[in-house]
Amino acid sequence: MKETKIKTKNLTLFYGAKMALNSISVDIPENEVTAFIGPSGCGKSTFLRTLNRMNDLIPGVKITGEVLVDSLNIYDKQIDVVNLRKKIGMVFQKSNPFAKSIFENVAYGPRINGITDRKKLEEIVERSLKNAFIWEEVKDRLHDSAMGLSGGQQQRMCIARTLAVEPEIILMDEPASALDPISTAKIEELIFELKKNYTIVIVTHNMQQAARVSDLTAFFYLGELIEFGKTKKIFTSPDKKQTEDYITGRFG
Amino acid sequence: MNNPDQKEYRFTRDSLRKKFRLSEFLSEKIITGVAFLSITIIVLIFFFVFKESLPIFRSEKKAAVKVESIQKQEQYGVDTSVTSNASGQEQYGVTTKDTLMIENQAPERDTVAHGSEQATLKSLVGKQWLPVSDNPRYGLIPLIVGTLKITLIAMLFAAPIAILAALFSASFAPYWLREIIKPAIELLAGFPSVVIGFFALMVMASFFQNIFGYDGRLNAFVGGVAMALAAIPIIFTITEDALTAVPRTYTEASLALGATRWQTALFVTLPAATPGIFAAILLGIGRVFGETMIALMATGNAAMISANPFESVRTLAATIGAEMAEVVFGDTHYSVLFLIGSLLFIFNFSLNAMAEFWVKGKLVKRFQGKQS
Repeated sequence: MKETKIKTKNLTLFYGAKMALNSISVDIPENEVTAFIGPSGCGKSTFLRTLNRMNDLIPGVKITGEVLVDSLNIYDKQIDVVNLRKKIGMVFQKSNPFAKSIFENVAYGPRINGITDRKKLEEIVERSLKNAFIWEEVKDRLHDSAMGLSGGQQQRMCIARTLAVEPEIILMDEPASALDPISTAKIEELIFELKKNYTIVIVTHNMQQAARVSDLTAFFYLGELIEFGKTKKIFTSPDKKQTEDYITGRFG
Repeated sequence: MNNPDQKEYRFTRDSLRKKFRLSEFLSEKIITGVAFLSITIIVLIFFFVFKESLPIFRSEKKAAVKVESIQKQEQYGVDTSVTSNASGQEQYGVTTKDTLMIENQAPERDTVAHGSEQATLKSLVGKQWLPVSDNPRYGLIPLIVGTLKITLIAMLFAAPIAILAALFSASFAPYWLREIIKPAIELLAGFPSVVIGFFALMVMASFFQNIFGYDGRLNAFVGGVAMALAAIPIIFTITEDALTAVPRTYTEASLALGATRWQTALFVTLPAATPGIFAAILLGIGRVFGETMIALMATGNAAMISANPFESVRTLAATIGAEMAEVVFGDTHYSVLFLIGSLLFIFNFSLNAMAEFWVKGKLVKRFQGKQS
């Protein structure tokens, strides 16, 4: 097993009075794909969002425990959330391009980081789009609206946009759930390529997808981490009965 | 029991026959009727206002003939010694020195008025608004200039304040604070304009005079700022709605890229809401343009053309408000006031229409990505 990138210790999260995560402790290794599976409302998306503090935006959230990235607690009071999120990028369930051109979308991240040199921006945009395997499809219409792209292309462009800020970790919240099988295959292929350089955490409802793309799988149920281990093991011989039931489709 | 003859068919001509539902029919017709009635009333009001202003256009042909004779009548300015402030009569646009003259010439006045009626159309584009002088001139230019000037001043104040307030409320304010701010400002939209006018007249005018030290206590600046108070709630409310209508996913995407809240608001939320903000400003302009009470109370009401913000102005709406009660029924002056009314109506109507279509057309397009 590779070196641990993200480590959570007894992470508990409340939405108001409702406990959404109950004492979660996991070690997510570097340069691997870790998948979170579980039925809707089990807390896997919530957990993903705690990893780059997107839950800070929601009023009434209370978090206890620790999230250590490279053994640094990101919930420390000294941590700057803005800089943290530059290092930990996120791709959302619904592709969310800005109502701007493709170029402007990808250049947004570098731009807010103070890069104004046009040439440098073009370089970053091209590299990011190439890394997201979408360059060939959009290189002739970089200055058209990103809204004109198909759903799958939009999602890959959003991944390119995330790559443009050069994060170390990419969190993906059901990145392919709204896409057709062909676009999904492309995204999965992309994830496979990306894990060479990034640590990837992916939430998915699609168990085949988890089995295909991930190295490790965590099964969540009702805010608890039921089982966490190598994907192969989870899908073939899980330790817990609940995991087996869920994976074989007996509930959930 | 299983005899096929006994089988009951549910789908028969009888059970599915068209039914007449009286209450349904009535309520539908009544609602339709009421809807059409309200539309009709608005259209009729416009036609009435426009019809009353028609005489100005009818008399166009004879206009050139009598202009000369009228100019001969212009002698009141000569007799500067005759000054009377005793006359309690209100003579808008007429300096006090000729008040007495008019009273003396009362019998003649009718004929003059008749003659001038034909010259009206020409004088509509004139630079003087002297509707009750011996030689009445109905130049709308100073009124239009005054209205535009005050609108500009009001917008310079209202638009930035309202938009920034809306931005704060939509993107920065904690939830509980937004729940207080938004209803509070929306309540202000229903604030009687006479109260704002009173406040401007009594408090703001002196306050600004102390700061800027101008002569005329009531002027375009004071009026403009007071009107801004009336326009801010409208602009705020609509802008706030437009900003909160920007999908959350935009904000999240931006924040997840490591943008600060301010960067997100400025580069993502605000641009995405531009059409709505534009509509808000248009509606704000409409409010200021048609505002009568504040203009009447706080602007000084002297019709003059000047770029100085500290000069008095007279707006179109205030002109109607001030003069309509004292005008001779059917007179040219009367028609001109109605013409001003039509102008206001047309202007506000097109502003609102523009705002409506801008939002409906552009905002939707933006989110569906038909525009680059």
